[in-house]
Amino acid sequence: MKHGALMHEAEDDVAVVVADTAAGTDVHAVTLEGKEIAVIKATQDIPLGHKIAVRDVSEGNDVIKYGRAIGRATTAIKAGSHVHTHNIKSKRWA
Amino acid sequence: MANDMKLTGYRRENGKVGVRNYVAIIPVDDISNSAVEGVGNLIRDTLPLPHPYGRLQFGDDLALHFRTLIGTGRNPNIAAAIVIGIEPKWTQKIVDGIAETGKPVAGFSIERYGDLKTIEIAARKAKEFVQHAGEIPRVPIKWGELTMSAKCGESDTTLGLASNPAIGRMLERFIAEGGTAIFGETSETTGGEDVIADSAIDEEVRRQFLKTFQDYQDFIIGTGADLLGSQPTEGNIRGGLSTIEEKAMGNVAKKGRNKLTSVLQPAEEPTGPGMHFMDSSSAAAEMVTLCAAGGSAIHFFTTGQGNIIGNPVLPVMKITANPLTIETMSEHVDVDLSAMLRLEMTLDQAADAVMDVMAHTINGRLTAAEALKHNEFVLTKLYRSA
Repeated sequence: MKHGALMHEAEDDVAVVVADTAAGTDVHAVTLEGKEIAVIKATQDIPLGHKIAVRDVSEGNDVIKYGRAIGRATTAIKAGSHVHTHNIKSKRWA
Repeated sequence: MANDMKLTGYRRENGKVGVRNYVAIIPVDDISNSAVEGVGNLIRDTLPLPHPYGRLQFGDDLALHFRTLIGTGRNPNIAAAIVIGIEPKWTQKIVDGIAETGKPVAGFSIERYGDLKTIEIAARKAKEFVQHAGEIPRVPIKWGELTMSAKCGESDTTLGLASNPAIGRMLERFIAEGGTAIFGETSETTGGEDVIADSAIDEEVRRQFLKTFQDYQDFIIGTGADLLGSQPTEGNIRGGLSTIEEKAMGNVAKKGRNKLTSVLQPAEEPTGPGMHFMDSSSAAAEMVTLCAAGGSAIHFFTTGQGNIIGNPVLPVMKITANPLTIETMSEHVDVDLSAMLRLEMTLDQAADAVMDVMAHTINGRLTAAEALKHNEFVLTKLYRSA
């Protein structure tokens, strides 16, 4: 398994790491078809199944996964960082 | 693949096909649980289904209570049913609903007899029913004759990547064989509701789905509560899901490319084949109980973090792609799809793997949840009793 993270769509802002990933690891993010989209250095420890930012997302912008918004960035998110409830929020039920 | 499967099941009086052969002992109300368990203790191979409700319910909530208990008795995995209630009128209502299927059913009420006398006469009937059930043979069945259901729980990001698309692919094959499938979890489509609405077979079904969806939204928003921690759950969040939209996109993948055939009320039986959306909570035991009441004979339960739910009436197959869950909770897992995350298993291979275990399950192999005696029978209650 050469890839470290999977992406639903090539244009997604985030990839899902498929193993516990230590800060400093170079993560190969590939699509489900196996196409490599990016190699990102994890800037934080990221647990299995959690998301790593493939690219920078500005505060207030949509975070794209599945090729669509899954929420809004509540703070600026840098590529390589852990993306979760501390930096994104649902746009629904608000 | 589907054509290679040699499947057997139980053909009921009304033509429906089951994969298990139980004699259910159903209480109308909470205070009849003791008598129901009394009969269960006396007679081998009976299935007592105690629950906490049934008194002073009214309106839609009462209608759902009746629909769920009647549907449970009608389920094709049930060979015969005993119904016990405190008084005769509501007891008879449930007996009559089950009797429409043509299967043996008898009702007993406790007032003017007491528990002990009721247990005795109900147990005599239960003995007769288990002896009858034992003589019903397993016969060859076609896959497409079944009603099946799907729901996920303790979801994480692996469901959207792997297990739910695998169920979607399997259900595409099933619907092509003329099968009937139930899915639902109304609030958990939030952020993916357009995907389901766009798959509706016609404008009327689309409108019904969007109305059902909006009614649930209005209920949730009307409470004014912050749902983070409830939906997504703390387990979902631990598994990496951050928002309801993200969870929903994983959830709706279970439908595959199937068209949405109809929208069902909770516990309502589909009237024909196809992919049916049942208005339902996303809580595992409640939703699977509603699917069983809707006539599902086997349930596909995808999980990430390891929901351990089972159901007394139907076999619940547990499917996961999360390697940590497989490593730490293997006794709960029926199908391991973790190779999908390693990109070593295609979607079609994953659907094949699910169908292989499904065929064994249909033919009588116990699922992990069955072997572990996970018998969660949980009624959905819509509001306070009077």
